[in-house]
Amino acid sequence: MAKSIDVSDLNIYYGDFLAVEGVNMTIKAKSVTAFIGPSGCGKSTMLRSLNRMHEVIPGARVEGKVMVDGQSLYGANVDPVAVRRQIGMVFQRPNPFPTMSIYENVLAGNRLNSKKMKKAEADAIVEKSLKGANLWNEVKDRLGRPGMGLSGGQQQRLCIARAIAVEPQVLLMDEPCSALDPISTSAIEDLIHELKSEYTIVIVTHNMQQAARVSDETGFFNLKAAGQPGHLVEFNSTQKMFANPDNSDTEAYISGRFG
Amino acid sequence: MTTTLTPAPTIPLTHGRLPRWAPALVAVIAIAAAGLFPLLLGWGIVPWVLVSVVFFIAGLTVWAAVVETRRSAIDSMVTALVWTAFGIALVPLVSLLYTVVSKGLPHINSTFLTYSAFRTSLDQPIGIYHAIIGTLVITLCSAIISVPTGIFAAIYLVEYGKGNKLARGITFLVDVMTGIPSIVAGLFAFSMFTAFFGAGYRAGIGGAVALSLLMIPIVVRSTEEMLRLVPDDLREAAYALGTPKWRTITKVVLRTSLGGIITGVTLATARIIGETAPLLLIAGLTTRTNMNPFDGFMTTLPVFIYSQFQKGTKADFDLAWGTALILVIIVLLLNIAARVIGKIFAPKTGR
Repeated sequence: MAKSIDVSDLNIYYGDFLAVEGVNMTIKAKSVTAFIGPSGCGKSTMLRSLNRMHEVIPGARVEGKVMVDGQSLYGANVDPVAVRRQIGMVFQRPNPFPTMSIYENVLAGNRLNSKKMKKAEADAIVEKSLKGANLWNEVKDRLGRPGMGLSGGQQQRLCIARAIAVEPQVLLMDEPCSALDPISTSAIEDLIHELKSEYTIVIVTHNMQQAARVSDETGFFNLKAAGQPGHLVEFNSTQKMFANPDNSDTEAYISGRFG
Repeated sequence: MTTTLTPAPTIPLTHGRLPRWAPALVAVIAIAAAGLFPLLLGWGIVPWVLVSVVFFIAGLTVWAAVVETRRSAIDSMVTALVWTAFGIALVPLVSLLYTVVSKGLPHINSTFLTYSAFRTSLDQPIGIYHAIIGTLVITLCSAIISVPTGIFAAIYLVEYGKGNKLARGITFLVDVMTGIPSIVAGLFAFSMFTAFFGAGYRAGIGGAVALSLLMIPIVVRSTEEMLRLVPDDLREAAYALGTPKWRTITKVVLRTSLGGIITGVTLATARIIGETAPLLLIAGLTTRTNMNPFDGFMTTLPVFIYSQFQKGTKADFDLAWGTALILVIIVLLLNIAARVIGKIFAPKTGR
């Protein structure tokens, strides 16, 4: 079910402002791809353009092509809602729905779309998704409690469970661990490793060790200069990026000499 | 260079403190001292209270200045001033409630609540049943008109309009509408119904239209505030699950802010339930019970109070005070309901 993504000559604008310029990359199916780079270089913008979430911001638009298994995301008749059903997203800050219980939060993707399902079927989805997100053992006795009552790390895993409950083909993660402590971070990194067997995962991170630990391939984004659009400097296998990058800027960034 | 570092002088961490009962003692002395004026000069109770307050503030400040520091003296003075302001603000409220309850309560009985003011013979007792029905019907009608209009307008402003020209125009007009005098709303409704149904058309629905002109801006404003409080994170979370915009609005945004919206609507209702002027114009004045807002005059509680004061006998005043108490109780119940509903629908934190 996992799909690969081909990006070619992608320019992303906010109104007249060119935020990201000329990105070309191929994200492989069933692998983890990390985007790294200094703040404001367009990693998150790039990630959000992969499931048309950037359009939520007024004035945002895209030029170029994003193909998911041969289907263009930005074709004339493409419904962004349908795109987002196939390409799920986890955000920087955990954002469970405050009016819903843990159980309802996991089922939110189905319920919000008024999918009719039997109780047994719903129970199965909840259990499968929570197990998939490594949260089942911690919450199985209090599924009726509010999702906001969980700790930050648990909330983030609840959000991941919610995202995988609709069985997307690709999972986008926008700095999913930046608000979490090391133990929760490690739980989520383990989870990413497990999810990789079924999903294509793209993760934005500020933490280079994290990129090195979890990803198979890494893309390094940078600004040419302040006020200039961000661009993709180098896209390579993570091993090569961290051991022997092609680009000197990449090496400088990874070894901590700037940024 | 042989300068030796002299250690900085130790700053004292303690200073004298007034005992905890100091304000109470000063208050007693101030009241007693000010009591000399009524005794010797025959002053009334109001100047006595005022002089006591001045003595209290001055006494406490001076005592604190002597025993404690300058800062705590200012602190005592400002604290006393704040309490005084609070007391002044409370006086009319308490006085109003006391007057309404003491004058109204003796006249409330089952006859008062279940009879209309329509007499078939002179010795027949009368009540305010017709006015209670009138208030409920007209308020319900205006809520039916204003709540959907107001909430949908607010949804447009927050979710669709975001800063475009139309939305800014609507926001400006809503602000203007908040300020229109209620009599103007009544005139508008009157002329509108005259234009549609001929001269002299008067019915409860006209009053409901006039009141909804006053209610809509309040509903729009409070709903708008509540919708803005819903974090964008939640909208994005719903979009990322492949939820269409309208479902995100109904099931996430409205659901999350439901408690606040209901509270706002209830408070808006409480605000218009006491309106008199527009209803005098358009809903008419009657002593009979009328359940049909589309036909015939309809009297509400405030209009009934006004007409009773116009008549001017002791019995009429009694009826008016009783009605006033009922009106206050209805508003109070609405406020309590708003709080309870707000609590019930508030997002749960689970802690």
